[in-house]
Amino acid sequence: MSTPTHTSSSAARAAIERPNGAGAAAILAAGIGCFFVAGFAILGDKSAFFNTLFNFSKPTGPLSGVTTCAIVAWLAVWAVLHACWRSRNAALTRVNAVAFTLLLLSLLLTFPPIADLF
Amino acid sequence: MEITTRGLWTLIHGMGFGGLYLLACSGALVELWRRYAPGAEASATERDERFLRLYLLAMAALAWITVLTGTYKIYPWYRAVPPAGSDLAGFPQRLLMSSPDTIAWHSIGMEWKEHVAWLVPIAITMAAAVFFQYGRDLRRHPQVRNAVLCFAAVSFLAAGIAGFFGAMLVKNAPVSGGATIHLVEGGKQ
Repeated sequence: MSTPTHTSSSAARAAIERPNGAGAAAILAAGIGCFFVAGFAILGDKSAFFNTLFNFSKPTGPLSGVTTCAIVAWLAVWAVLHACWRSRNAALTRVNAVAFTLLLLSLLLTFPPIADLF
Repeated sequence: MEITTRGLWTLIHGMGFGGLYLLACSGALVELWRRYAPGAEASATERDERFLRLYLLAMAALAWITVLTGTYKIYPWYRAVPPAGSDLAGFPQRLLMSSPDTIAWHSIGMEWKEHVAWLVPIAITMAAAVFFQYGRDLRRHPQVRNAVLCFAAVSFLAAGIAGFFGAMLVKNAPVSGGATIHLVEGGKQ
């Protein structure tokens, strides 16, 4: 009887002590990744240089490069943040605020009338 | 009753993968809201946790399949440039741009849809990864849970925007062409 109790209490303690860093890294990276999509889309639309550069797949056009670059950059940022934060606690209030701001900006900046302001 | 292969792909992309994602998203939001709140009355069991893991994984897979089929299978047909003097019916982007009454379906609708849809797989992949990491421990990390909920909600909104414009674009300038598939033979009137 004592072993399961010991095991479950150890598991509970480990769960309580599990740092939020891995979650914070994923959340912030997702906000940054979404912002990359919007930012690269504006770059591809406004700059002839980037428009050509992003033309990874001719049938799809610059959208292929915009999204591929954004996904690669998102995964790279996530990997770096995860490596830095996974075993510690991050300031989640600040992380969430930055991630939500970037996410909402991404929604707005992908809207063509707003993107065309740049 | 017949459908073209391009029409069928559009149907699979929009009503299949995209529609299924929207349906699944509402379920995930309810589940995360009800069962993973700190002190939730209907707290999640290990079985519930395993189920939601698979559910979020399936949603992430759906989101990726939807944007990839949209971007690399259907979008090239949508944006194809017609040879000079040809009928615009098989070239949806050019058909929409040929009239001031329809051009905004492309310049606002398609331009927004093609980019905003890509926020969906990023947001839901994050939600799935965080849930894989924390599972029922999300109750002890309310800020992490709130972030997952917010990103899942925004993914729902973004998928809704993409789905709405997808449906409207199909109404105004359907992607069609390719081989014709006969579904049902019609009787004589």
